[in-house]
Amino acid sequence: MATVEIRNVRKSYGPVEAIKGIDIAIQDGEFLVLLGPSGCGKSTLLRMVAGLEGITGGEIAIGGRVVNHLDPKDRDIAMVFQNYALYPHMTVFDNMAYGLKIRGIPKAEIRARVDKAAEILELGRFLDRRPSQLSGGQRQRVAMGRAIVREPAAFLFDEPLSNLDAKLRTQMRVEIKRLQDRLGITSLYVTHDQVEAMTLADRILVMNHGVAEQIGTPLEVYQRPASLFVAGFIGSPPMNVLDGRIDDRGEAVLVPGGQRLLLPRPRPTDAGRPVKLGIRPEHMAVAAEGFSIEIELVEALGADTVVYGRLPDGETLLVRMAGIPTVRERDRLTVAPQDGALHLFDAVTGRRME
Amino acid sequence: MQRRVTFDSRLLPYLLLAPQVAVTLVFFIWPAAQAVWQSVHLQDAFGIRSEFVWFENFTYVLSDPNYLDTLQTTVIFSVAVTVLAMGVALLLAVLADSKIKGASAYKTLLIWPYALAPAVAAVLWMFIFNPDIGSFGRALRAMGYDWDYRLNGGQALLMVILAASWKQVSYNFIFFLAGLQAIPRSVMEAASIDGAGPVRRFWTITFPLLSPTTFFLLVVDMVYAFFETFGTIHALTQGGPGKATETLIFRVYQDGVVNNDLGGSSAQSVILMVIVIALTAVQFRFVERKVHYS
Repeated sequence: MATVEIRNVRKSYGPVEAIKGIDIAIQDGEFLVLLGPSGCGKSTLLRMVAGLEGITGGEIAIGGRVVNHLDPKDRDIAMVFQNYALYPHMTVFDNMAYGLKIRGIPKAEIRARVDKAAEILELGRFLDRRPSQLSGGQRQRVAMGRAIVREPAAFLFDEPLSNLDAKLRTQMRVEIKRLQDRLGITSLYVTHDQVEAMTLADRILVMNHGVAEQIGTPLEVYQRPASLFVAGFIGSPPMNVLDGRIDDRGEAVLVPGGQRLLLPRPRPTDAGRPVKLGIRPEHMAVAAEGFSIEIELVEALGADTVVYGRLPDGETLLVRMAGIPTVRERDRLTVAPQDGALHLFDAVTGRRME
Repeated sequence: MQRRVTFDSRLLPYLLLAPQVAVTLVFFIWPAAQAVWQSVHLQDAFGIRSEFVWFENFTYVLSDPNYLDTLQTTVIFSVAVTVLAMGVALLLAVLADSKIKGASAYKTLLIWPYALAPAVAAVLWMFIFNPDIGSFGRALRAMGYDWDYRLNGGQALLMVILAASWKQVSYNFIFFLAGLQAIPRSVMEAASIDGAGPVRRFWTITFPLLSPTTFFLLVVDMVYAFFETFGTIHALTQGGPGKATETLIFRVYQDGVVNNDLGGSSAQSVILMVIVIALTAVQFRFVERKVHYS
């Protein structure tokens, strides 16, 4: 068990800077999720922690020890790969025991540790099988088992669930969460799936173009997205973003089409300033006055319904309603944001305006 | 998924198979059958009459101490060529697979020797090792080492082994490199996180995962050393000095073509054929069981 500190870490491939200075201290036992779209640098950052990629600038410390120049084997970490990376020529037992054998752990203890991990992961019956004789979910468990038996300072997960089908993914997600709660080992988990991030993380680091857009608990990231990027990436369906302008008295936002939305508190210093206005679809409700939309599409998801509406100026507005649909396509509807559900972002930088 | 092709005409499939069957018949089955037929006959020196002699040719060949010497030379030669050609190729492939500058140029260069005719390759080696005009041969002599493969049987054998191996390294290299590149990078990374250093990674992960390639090359290289090294030996040493570099295949040629003993030579071919078939069978039976096919 250990803390993992990432201090102003950078990575360049020639002139291209893939990671532009990331700073975060991960607490002992914390579950940190690195979330971002493909190519944002999240896997690279994880691989730098693992020692599989060199560090161009900055420092990484595991358990208080700077590991910049240590080989992966000396960093006391275990990693679960997207394609599991099991040793195809070894049995499940040998896959899990490999790292322990190398570290010279006595045979009896190897047996005990592997048996224990197999029991936790319900792999007992498969110890003599080869990876090719296992299903995707079972392979995933073996990869987890290989990490657990090592009892490392930190777990690194590189999109471990993305090769599984949807149902299995949900199931394994719950298992990973349980396991981490039980073992209390510091974990870094890379994913592009916001649901995984929201459900697993103690804190989420949202990355985009090699920059940390926001670091916060899942609810902080959802409730107070630090930028337009985070706002659009977290939440499904994504947040509605409209162009707007704060009125001359700093009391309300004016949006095209003449709508005037009162701000929760006046901001006289921002009077007249152009802004981006964010409203989550689930924070829209049918109202007597507000945005008038023509419904283009209705997605019935069962538990709730997503309505795709068209504003008079042609912008799309999404509304999420509870339950089964009560409206139909081509209906007209008036909706308004709930109180306090407005997110304001700087029109130029895209940063949140507090 | 299996795909079955169906033909409207019943004749067409046979017609499509015919060229391959013809080639096999004309260039393999027919000569092999002739060798078997001739191996139980004794021909006069002019090839006019022949007489059925049962297994006399075989008893004659097998009781000849020279033949057993040749067999020994062949075993040494074949094992050395196979081990050397595979070992060097594997080493080069591992190096080429790691991230080095100019890897693609290096790979291309390594494939060239395979495109060389055996006789040309042999001439090249002669220019290197000839004690009078060869660069390396002269250097050895200048250093006071008594190098002359035309007189020293051991040196001659060493040279044909080197030349024959060198020729096969390219072929092995291509297969080893392809095999190495088929190993997922993440598996190697997982092993390095598990604590395995480069050497241990090679022996516990790379080598076992390469075993199908290694096994295939083992069979191919053994057959190569037995049969296809005739050109190299013929151009370099003609089996000499004495009979130091005379392998079974070279002796078949020597006895049959040069000494005109068709019956004896045919008996030797048959023996050679049986040896190689047996070797291949043994390899498949015992070595393949240890091979991991993913």
